[in-house]
Amino acid sequence: MKFVQNAFDKIKPHFEKGGKWEKFHPIYEGHRTLFFAPKFVTGNRGVQIRDGIDLKRMMMTVIIAMVPCLLFGIWNVGHQYYLATGTEAAFLDKVAIGAMKVVPIIAVSYAVGLLTEFTICVIRQHDVNEGFLVTGMLIPLVVPPTIPLWQVGLATFFAVVIGKEVFGGTGMNILNVALTARAFLYFAYPSQISGEIWTYLGDKATVDGYSGATSLALAVEASNEGVAVADKLAQTNTVLGGDFFSISNMFMGLIPGSIGETSTLAALIGGIILIATGVGSWKIIVSVFGGAFLTGMLMNAVAVNTYMEMDPMYHMVIGGLAFGAVFMATDPVSAAQTERGKWIYGFMIGALTIIIRVLNPAYPEGIMLAILFMNVFAPLIDYYVVQANKKRRLARATV
Amino acid sequence: MSKIIKLKKGFDINLAGKAEKRIADSPQPETFAIKPPNFIGMTRPKLLVAEGDNVKAGTPVLYDKMKESVMYCAPVSGEIVEIKRGAKRRILEIKILADKEIEFESFPTHNVSDITNLSREDAQEIMLKGGVWPNIIQRPYGIVADENDSPKAIFISTFDSHPLAADNAYALKGQEEAFQAGVNILRKFTEGKIHLNHDSDAEVSTTFANVENVQDNKFSGPHPSGNVGIQIHHIDPINKGDLVWTVSPFGVAQIGKLFLGGKYDASKRIALTGSEVKSPQYYETYIGASITKMVADNVKQDHVRYISGNVLTGEKIEADGYINFYDSSVTVIPEGDYEEAFGWILPSKKKLSFHRAFGLLSFMNSSKKEYVIDTNTHGEKRAFVMTGAFERVVPMDIYFDYLFKAIMSEDFDNMEALGIYEVIEEDVALCEFIDVSKHDLQDILREGLTLIQTS
Repeated sequence: MKFVQNAFDKIKPHFEKGGKWEKFHPIYEGHRTLFFAPKFVTGNRGVQIRDGIDLKRMMMTVIIAMVPCLLFGIWNVGHQYYLATGTEAAFLDKVAIGAMKVVPIIAVSYAVGLLTEFTICVIRQHDVNEGFLVTGMLIPLVVPPTIPLWQVGLATFFAVVIGKEVFGGTGMNILNVALTARAFLYFAYPSQISGEIWTYLGDKATVDGYSGATSLALAVEASNEGVAVADKLAQTNTVLGGDFFSISNMFMGLIPGSIGETSTLAALIGGIILIATGVGSWKIIVSVFGGAFLTGMLMNAVAVNTYMEMDPMYHMVIGGLAFGAVFMATDPVSAAQTERGKWIYGFMIGALTIIIRVLNPAYPEGIMLAILFMNVFAPLIDYYVVQANKKRRLARATV
Repeated sequence: MSKIIKLKKGFDINLAGKAEKRIADSPQPETFAIKPPNFIGMTRPKLLVAEGDNVKAGTPVLYDKMKESVMYCAPVSGEIVEIKRGAKRRILEIKILADKEIEFESFPTHNVSDITNLSREDAQEIMLKGGVWPNIIQRPYGIVADENDSPKAIFISTFDSHPLAADNAYALKGQEEAFQAGVNILRKFTEGKIHLNHDSDAEVSTTFANVENVQDNKFSGPHPSGNVGIQIHHIDPINKGDLVWTVSPFGVAQIGKLFLGGKYDASKRIALTGSEVKSPQYYETYIGASITKMVADNVKQDHVRYISGNVLTGEKIEADGYINFYDSSVTVIPEGDYEEAFGWILPSKKKLSFHRAFGLLSFMNSSKKEYVIDTNTHGEKRAFVMTGAFERVVPMDIYFDYLFKAIMSEDFDNMEALGIYEVIEEDVALCEFIDVSKHDLQDILREGLTLIQTS
């Protein structure tokens, strides 16, 4: 590693005060610290030693937790492609097709996002924060494989600038940045992010009787037609063999959907990694599922259509509930920050997700809007939790 | 009956280089120093001596223009050899070249019954003149107490749970009588209780075992269970308008010795600790000792940091520096000014961490493992990312994230409402240690305390 160090040392003078690229110092620093943990030492006063953790490691932990979703997503894009076009294919062929679609999306997301970050860091002259490392991976996982690349770029740019930097950068944003990108696409380009766009088909035709609809869309359809959701799911895509939308298939994620969201299993593996490392709040993850399940049961109790009658178990595995609960709701910046607040915040996300799914005809999936909505309310929840703490202190003073 | 308070939150930092319980066979340091910056809140120190003057142990050398009654006295007899000043002629150190035989200023002596009969006013007078008053710290703010106040209670923590801290039981061995006398003197200053807080995980030493006139309490749990601020929070918390005093066990004994022996006795057992010390052990010396002789030929390498105090709340000093007034240990650890290739992601069991993020495997080690930790920050300063971790490491009902934000936005109402009166630097030191964003939280807290105090 000595030669890398030397190379950095060689160009260092240009980036220091008075050097010709002085303005680009944050970029130099950002790259150097990618190779080497910096040689900073503690100050004269205060703690003389520091914990081994830093923000880079914390963010990398989240990315590592996303790997199962990413790998599964890549494979599944290819898997769905061959299913829909009625071709038998080997594992590697599926991965190749998936990679061909997914890798460019990731590349665009990172390229646009990092370029935007670096530009703003240079303008503002502050260090490059690591927050985008996670956002840059989250965005590709929540879009359909058929999304035009320019839209990915535009959404990323919008999310970084409007979702984060206008508030002051990492740590200051109110909304989850990746979901801001997703919401931007949803409202700006609805035709590319709804309807039968969930399966990449290339220029091939689908097999007869194939439907590219998601389980969420089918549930709404079933409700409109007055048939039980389970029956509707069972009758769909019988051409691909029965049980295409069986609970186990949906749990595994062998269904069409956004690239990284389909597999509840992969999201749960990520969840276990986040909980074991303490990076994600288990309280939020558990309460999102709990809120969703209980609301699903409540829907059963007051059911007036077949969607409301649907077994709450289905809610757990369809759509992006698991992915959202594990990776989006737990974002420490936009979530509730008090421990008590986290319970309420998570529960409300789960409950709202089901309410939007079942009761709102316009939006098939609710998790995105539920999380964004609760992002906005998280400070209010915390406010009341903190207020209770202040009241305890005051009450103590008067006795 | 003493009650046991069990604390679960906290984090023990188990460092290599614990001091062995023996006294080093080492000559006394040649010089000693009083450092005005050690006394928080002392804004205008005034000198009572000049270079070349001779002083005895107990001769006042300094006072605060804002608080003229409290005298700060020379720990040893000798000649004032240097008055070191910093920017704007701020007084940094008053150095004394010590005599071979220490001569003492003489104060009236008392026997046990005299002490009981002494009035508060008389006791106060002797303490202020006799140099022991600065041992009494007032909360809120953690500053030297005002003699005109009557605190609602006085708290003494008999154990120090900081990493590598000196063992008070050993440092004050055989000083039962002085300790009891000190308690009896303090008794005069409060209508409330004097709380004597013990470590329930260890045997109570004879020095603190049968003290009269106190309420005994026991605390168990990891650091910061020994911090007096944490103990106050669980026994009798400080509310707005409340005033409590805290005294270290050394301070209590020193007060006792002033009355029993009639002299300002600054002798102190200091623990020299840390992974880079060849033979970590105790030294029998005086307040403000120079560490030059202790560390000469006694460190394993050159590139080290000398710390007066412990690694969480201490202060960096030079190899020829002086121990701070309130500190009873010196810690020597390696400097960490190196770049570590991919240090931000490589897994390691050697890097101690409270967290368990990817690759931070120290939680898998046995709790007995001793760590060698250098001064590297392991990362750069970043924006606050609220993780709720602070609340897991300090056993207090305080939302530290919110408190720090209130301080940074100079929001006085919220600082008060969120409990700033209950904490001083040492109570948030663990927050600073585990902070992902590497902020100087102890400094931030002091800024807040100063804002409130001067408002």
